Amino acid sequence: MNAVFWILSIITVLGGLAAVTLKNTVHCALALTAAFAGLALLFLQLDAQFAGFAQILVYIGAVAILVVFAILLTRGSETPSEGVFSRTWLTGLVIAAAVFAVIAWAVLRSGAALPGENAAPAVSVQQIGAALMGRYVLPLEIVALLLTAAMIGAVIVAMHDKGGSK
Amino acid sequence: MQEAIQFTPYAVASWIGKILWLIPALPIVAAGVIALLKQPRRRLASSLAIGSLAISFLLALAGFGDVLAGWATGHAVRETVNFTWIEIGGGNLDLGWVLDPLSAVMLVMVTFVGLLIFIYSVGYMAHDENFTRFFCFLSLFAGAMLGVVISNSLLLLFMCWEIVGLTSYLLIGFWYQKPSAAAAAKKAFVTTRVGDIFFLLGIVWLFAQTGTLLFYNSGSGNLEPNALGGLLAAPAALGLSAATAIGLLIFAGAAGKSGQLPLHVWLPDAMEGPTPVSALIHAATMVAAGVYLIARVYPLMAAGLQPGGTTVALSVVTWVGATTAVFAALIAVAQNDIKRILAYSTVSQLGYMMAGLGLGGVAVGMFHLITHAFFKALLFMGAGSVIHGCHDEQDVRRMGGLRKFMPVTFATYAVGMLALTGFPIFFSGFWSKDAILESAHAWNASHGPYYLLVFGAVLTAFYMTRQVSYVFFGEYRGHGHAHESPRVMTMPLAILAFFAIALGVLGTPAWPWFRSFLNNQAAAIEFGKFGEGEFLALLLTSSVIVALGYGIGWSLYGNKSPRADEPDALERAMPPVWRALSNRLYVDEFYGVTVIAFYHWWARVADWFDRRVWGGIVAAVTWFFGLWARFNRFLDNEWVNGGFDKGCEELAAGGGILSRVESGRVQSYLRLLALGVVVLAAILIWSSAR
Amino acid sequence: MTPLAGYLLVAALVFAIGLAGALTRRNAILVLIGIELMLNAANLNLVAFWRYSPHPEALTGMMFAVFSIAVAAAEAAVGLGLVISIYRHARTTDLDELNRMKG
Repeated sequence: MNAVFWILSIITVLGGLAAVTLKNTVHCALALTAAFAGLALLFLQLDAQFAGFAQILVYIGAVAILVVFAILLTRGSETPSEGVFSRTWLTGLVIAAAVFAVIAWAVLRSGAALPGENAAPAVSVQQIGAALMGRYVLPLEIVALLLTAAMIGAVIVAMHDKGGSK
Repeated sequence: MQEAIQFTPYAVASWIGKILWLIPALPIVAAGVIALLKQPRRRLASSLAIGSLAISFLLALAGFGDVLAGWATGHAVRETVNFTWIEIGGGNLDLGWVLDPLSAVMLVMVTFVGLLIFIYSVGYMAHDENFTRFFCFLSLFAGAMLGVVISNSLLLLFMCWEIVGLTSYLLIGFWYQKPSAAAAAKKAFVTTRVGDIFFLLGIVWLFAQTGTLLFYNSGSGNLEPNALGGLLAAPAALGLSAATAIGLLIFAGAAGKSGQLPLHVWLPDAMEGPTPVSALIHAATMVAAGVYLIARVYPLMAAGLQPGGTTVALSVVTWVGATTAVFAALIAVAQNDIKRILAYSTVSQLGYMMAGLGLGGVAVGMFHLITHAFFKALLFMGAGSVIHGCHDEQDVRRMGGLRKFMPVTFATYAVGMLALTGFPIFFSGFWSKDAILESAHAWNASHGPYYLLVFGAVLTAFYMTRQVSYVFFGEYRGHGHAHESPRVMTMPLAILAFFAIALGVLGTPAWPWFRSFLNNQAAAIEFGKFGEGEFLALLLTSSVIVALGYGIGWSLYGNKSPRADEPDALERAMPPVWRALSNRLYVDEFYGVTVIAFYHWWARVADWFDRRVWGGIVAAVTWFFGLWARFNRFLDNEWVNGGFDKGCEELAAGGGILSRVESGRVQSYLRLLALGVVVLAAILIWSSAR
Repeated sequence: MTPLAGYLLVAALVFAIGLAGALTRRNAILVLIGIELMLNAANLNLVAFWRYSPHPEALTGMMFAVFSIAVAAAEAAVGLGLVISIYRHARTTDLDELNRMKG
């Protein structure tokens, strides 16, 4: 457990915390971006370079922008009158804490069974490409279909409906 | 005396024997068809009835011819056709019919006399609005009577016997709106029923003892020697054999139907019916059914008969017959209704017939039955003609001098009266009554019946002379104009008068054809028989008796015409005797205080029992069930319904509570999901850790 | 504590934080943000397990994570489109008020 891991973890966790607690929604979106970045660096530290760069490209480059656009389009930047948290926020917090407790308990209990250090894998893009076209060609095609469907769906859902939906 | 007859029956019945069943069946079918007709269809109804009986008459003639042919060639004819109706465990219920001399002569007589009376009825009942119904009943009666005649099975005989009783009831009570007619019909039915109970007992006993209901069945019938031997040997009570006891029981049934002494009370009241009914049923045929029954079961009555002796059963028959003859003749002397005189006369003559059977055998009794049928029917129809001509007047004291106004009726009535009283030589009644007197004289057991029957003959001549003087001689004391009856009524009278004379020829000692025919012996014409000593003496005695009766009658009543309000000649002479006789010797009153009073009391007891005891039980059960029903209703309303309603309310309330989970807010659903995952994961981890 | 356990704990923490945000914030968009965090945490889990698995050359874990990223992007697009559409109808993104599914 080296220092890089700790720093990156702190960035990620703080970014997440900020993302869910700040009042201004745009600030939340920016904090989210920071959390994404932290995670991407964690991927890189785990020798998952492709995943890390995919994370940066997709999440920071697309999803975060999408969220900002949505905030702008729904006037989310205005501060709501009754506070940002739900009336029954304590119940939700308790449940979230319970979830964390259970998972942490599972992790800590099985500490002995977890595998230890091993050599860093050398993963080349070519290997990844070959895998995509070979072993994972079916998921690839399905995801392509899914993306197409999602795109069409999003367009339809968000379209201005001028007298009757399509 | 009756000798034993040996018949060698045909192995196979001839053509007429096979279709003999049509003779009763045709009139019954006609009755059924007439019953469906509407009242205005008179011509059709009478044509059907007369037509069917005419065909039956022709068939009866054919049967008679067949038997006659057999007799002429020396072969006895007794054809039977038997079949099993119901098979039961012990024995079978068989039915069947028989064609032998006895049934042949009876068939011809019943169909012929019946046919004449049917034709007569067309005229007599012409003004009656229930014409069609009358012919329906008449036809049914004719069919049932013919059924009794041809029956070879006790069961079939009893069934037809009962139908005869039923139609007699229907016809006596034909004018049912008259209370007296309805009461008379009921009396007839109930009285004959008393006799029929004993008859039924006799039938059941006979069936149980011999195992068969058939009279003749190629050796195994219950009147054939095998069965009779068994019956003689079987003991009954009081030292009698079963044969005697059964014979007496069957005689009880015959006594009811034929009006013998204790059960004669219904016959005079039966004159409430229309005159053709009186003529047919209560003169010629139905009352003769009892005599015919005894003739049919004569082998049973005469079982164990020694030559020159008599059996217990036959003695009883003789004595009852003789007493009835005198008893009824005495009452007839003091009656004033024209039909009632004839009714008591019928009872008396039936006594003669029964006595004839007991004393002389089947031939003697049956000969008198046949001759009596003709002249009594003639007398009744003549009386009907008189009543019709006097505008429905029936009291003899309001008639008189009718021989000037109704000559044909007078002539035929005179023939009938002379035949009935036994005017010597020319009239059939003389020969038939004489045969009975001859048998009575020769009876070894006692001479009592002979003296009784002689006295009865005197009385018969006396009361008939009285009646004829009242009706046809002297002055006319009635209302309106008396007139002769139409042709349709007088033609049958003439025909019957002819036979009342002609039939005598068949029974004279010179040529005893009838007796030989029934006994299957050869008959030769022997005039020499007249000269035999005993016989001539008896003949003279009978003539003197009859003359005595005529003489006393004419001297008292002659051409005198007493009015209704004047006392009768005999009444003036012997008032207490007259009073007793005209009150019919108080027999009806006797029954009234004994039997009928008992039944009234018994009916009251039964009614009380029914209302209080059975009714009470029913009420109690009903009350209990009512209680139970109320309890059930309480349970149902309070517990079942209430419980159900309560349950439904709770369910609705529960649903109301649970539906709050569906808040419509997404975050709530999410929370529940997460909670579920937590619980699941905890369970899994905890269970895998063990 | 092994390195793997550390990564797992971090992922669990981020997951819980994202879940808390999804369960307690009013704004619908913030619920989606929370969901994105949860997905990311799951991805971290996957990659961590891949790195410390016996056979990392099979590339299973990383491929899974990559596909997950793609699907999450699609889901975010559609979801945000839905939020915008709901905003047009109801003029609000406050989840406490959007209870038309109440039954």
